[in-house]
Amino acid sequence: MTGAAAIIIALVQLVLFVFLAPVLIGVIRQVRARLEGRAGSGIWQPWRDVRKLLAKNPVRAAGSSWMLAAGPVTLLVSSLLLCALLPLVGTLPLPLIPSDLFVIVSVMLIGVVALALVGLDAGTAFGGMGSSRHMTVAALVEPTLLLAVYALSIPAGTSTLSLIVETRLANPAVIISPVSLLAMVALAIAIMAETSRLPVDNPSTHLELTMLHEAMVLEASGRDLAWLELGSWLKLAALLGLLSNLIVPWGIVTDFSVLGVIVGVGTVTVKVLLLGVVLSVGEVFLAKARLFRVPELLAGSFALGLLAVTASYLVA
Amino acid sequence: MTALEAGMLSQTLLLVVAIAAALATPLSWRSRVSGTFCTLLAAAGIVTGAIALAGGTGSLSIPTALPMDPLALSPDRLGGLVMVVVSVVGVLASLFGIGSARVASASRTAWLSMAVFLFGMQLVPAATDVVSFLLFWEIMTLGSTALLLAHHATRGTVASALVWYSAMSQLSFFFVLAGFAMLAGLAGGTGFADLATIDPFTWQASVAFLLLLLGFGGKAELVPLHVWVPRVLPEAPGHVAAAMSGAMVNIGVYGALLVVVRLLPDGPAWWGVLIMALGGVSALYGILQASVASNLKVLLAYSTTENMGLVFLGLGASVLLRADNATAAADAALVAALLLMLSHAAFKSTLFLGAGAVARAAGEMNLDRLGGLGSRMPWTAAAFGAAAMGAAALPVTSGFVAEWMLLQALIHGSRVDGEVVSVAASVAMPLAVAVIALTAGLALLTFVKAYGIAFLARPRSQEAKQAREVPVIMRIPLAIGALLVIGLGVLPGPLAVAIGGAVGPEFTPDVRTIGLAGIDARGIDAVLDPITFVVLAGLLLVPVLIVLFLSARRHPTRTSPLPWAGGGSRLRPRMQYTATSYAEPLVRVFDDVLRPSRDVEVTHAGESRYLVERVHVEQSVSDVVETRLYRPVLNLMQRAGILARRAQNGSIHRYLSYSFVALLVVLIVVSL
Repeated sequence: MTGAAAIIIALVQLVLFVFLAPVLIGVIRQVRARLEGRAGSGIWQPWRDVRKLLAKNPVRAAGSSWMLAAGPVTLLVSSLLLCALLPLVGTLPLPLIPSDLFVIVSVMLIGVVALALVGLDAGTAFGGMGSSRHMTVAALVEPTLLLAVYALSIPAGTSTLSLIVETRLANPAVIISPVSLLAMVALAIAIMAETSRLPVDNPSTHLELTMLHEAMVLEASGRDLAWLELGSWLKLAALLGLLSNLIVPWGIVTDFSVLGVIVGVGTVTVKVLLLGVVLSVGEVFLAKARLFRVPELLAGSFALGLLAVTASYLVA
Repeated sequence: MTALEAGMLSQTLLLVVAIAAALATPLSWRSRVSGTFCTLLAAAGIVTGAIALAGGTGSLSIPTALPMDPLALSPDRLGGLVMVVVSVVGVLASLFGIGSARVASASRTAWLSMAVFLFGMQLVPAATDVVSFLLFWEIMTLGSTALLLAHHATRGTVASALVWYSAMSQLSFFFVLAGFAMLAGLAGGTGFADLATIDPFTWQASVAFLLLLLGFGGKAELVPLHVWVPRVLPEAPGHVAAAMSGAMVNIGVYGALLVVVRLLPDGPAWWGVLIMALGGVSALYGILQASVASNLKVLLAYSTTENMGLVFLGLGASVLLRADNATAAADAALVAALLLMLSHAAFKSTLFLGAGAVARAAGEMNLDRLGGLGSRMPWTAAAFGAAAMGAAALPVTSGFVAEWMLLQALIHGSRVDGEVVSVAASVAMPLAVAVIALTAGLALLTFVKAYGIAFLARPRSQEAKQAREVPVIMRIPLAIGALLVIGLGVLPGPLAVAIGGAVGPEFTPDVRTIGLAGIDARGIDAVLDPITFVVLAGLLLVPVLIVLFLSARRHPTRTSPLPWAGGGSRLRPRMQYTATSYAEPLVRVFDDVLRPSRDVEVTHAGESRYLVERVHVEQSVSDVVETRLYRPVLNLMQRAGILARRAQNGSIHRYLSYSFVALLVVLIVVSL
């Protein structure tokens, strides 16, 4: 029974996030445009972009391999897996594959690797540059990401994310404990770096000096580009969903009921979009950090994570 | 005679046959005949090991003329497991050698020593006493040294690499010998059963432990005893490097396991901390060096140091947690260490065989001059890709399952029933998690670089352009290796259960199979079923593929000879990123550790300061351990040697006076 309920919730999460992710990007761009005094293209533009890209003939460079076709699909599937596994609408774990922290991170890394290989395969200087920077950042983000969630896992005594969220729901004092706050800041920085947002990467430029993500997708076109974009958006939406459920766990479904699922869908949508607005407003006031300042940022966030873990052992 | 005894006897017989075959057959078909016998020898090892792993008993005594107990060979279940692992790699390497060994690597010496090498490795885990352990250990070392020596005629650099190898292996041997001698002195016997009665809390036991850790760590390529690895492995042909890096290091791990599981279990907590520190430093240092290496074989060699570091990290965590009475997590960490060892054997031998295939096809190991091999060598590319995923610990490979298990053991280790077990554990475990995470991140970069630069994009040299796929006999071991990497990752449950049985009776991990072949580690409350995972991913792929096909039918792909290319129109392969440029951001980030030396030379066109004719950049990353630790020692020894030369000027008078003084000293000492 719980198995069937968990599968239904996973399906709901998938459908919701595939719909929500482009809207989230649309909202982020629109808020930013308005704050900068531009009219903006409306919140549905990312959806229209995907439709347009799917209706185009992809152009691939002569001499590129199957990776240019398979990589984007891999990235998309890895992001879809994230949406199915993470506790977004509900915390019911799927049978045999709980939302284990380490599994989640590895799933994300599959997408990271697929994107980096796509960047390399085109055989251009830009693609290689983006790929190299992307992997360097990814390598440095991983310790922060794992330590931050490790710190969050200690009060719950498990590395399963849905149980961590349930613990925080049952005992809200955990959320505002100093350890949890430290870990959340570390996690937020890691997620910003992982999803190529400011100050690590500037998602809205094509300027050589600042590009990470955009450099890798330069050679992709048509549906290849559509998969890459959709995959990245889904990842951002899913991670923001996780972050918001860790900060404000209320509304998430713990026992299956139709009304509960509707409430869960509504709250997670609101939470993700609100966090998107916050992100967008924050990005207006941020400049991109120099590439070689990024390790300092990540080292700072790593220190916070380590502090959180050791503190929770020695103080609590 | 039991099946186990028959198995060990057949290995000995096959060794004799393989040696005879290597000596008797002419060059034109020596590789085929000798390779086949080496394969059979290794296959006999697999069968024998499997019998021992399943609980078979039997003992083979070797009588000696010396006044001591006869040497006895009788592998227990743990020994059987290691024997299987070593032999599987042996089969892969021998099969590959049939196709790849030519000229120097197909000489009589080469094939003869290959057989001796395999035989030595396969029987070290069968030893039940110190003397036979050391005997087969030395047979293994001797075999590998001679195997490398066979190539010295064709390559000038082999000789210097070989000096390093011999010196370092004898250093390892010395440490192991001294450690065992100390234990044997304490126990009053050389049998492992006698040694197991020693109390680990005496200072003598701790000294012996330190010596053995250094000795076995040297064989397992740990920092700071790894200096031979990046010199020796690039000189060895693919199948030899696979046997050394995929199999021989496991013997080092087996030695460490022997100490902490069989001989001195329940050691003090600081042993665990020390092993963890050694492992952690090795893991980080190894992967950092690997990530900036441009030579494919050097990259793989350093990555072995990393993987062995992780194995020792797991072992150390197991010792520490056991000392702190967190038994369930300790057992899980031990299983994780063994899983790591197994998965490393599978992916590293495949990677080295892949590198051997690339070396044969393109004649080039420098990643900066490779590229686009994926379309020319699809088999090699697929096998190398699968193994690289294993090395980067991506799902659903064996490497992923092993690292997952280790991380689970670590995060469940610091607390038992909500109580913090010890201050040491609560500092060591988070640090270990961070080290593993950083290592995993850098491994990801390393293997994206290795695969992406060599097999994707466009060829960066004429040699790479003309590369051809290797013959079928070399593709078979590559395919088996890749299947092992994936297979062990998809069906880890039975494997973990077998490991759990093998480390008993001292350790009793509560590991079971769940679902079809998933791992259920009851003790630490962790579940992983890769098959369900694959099924889920497959289900998610279906709608994507449907949209893809609908779109592809209406809008087929166009191939353009001139892609967008960043706006440029004169796109040449030389303008692509290379392995060196790929790692450049990382070199900058870890500047202080790697200390690269960079030389930039700009030639100006004519008088102008602004028009550049050519830029020549040279960058090299040296091994800090070698330059800072070994060089001073070597320089000191060299200076001592020069001083000692003054004492010997060839004059007969001086030698006579030396003898006279020596005689006087002896007389004075005796009379005291």
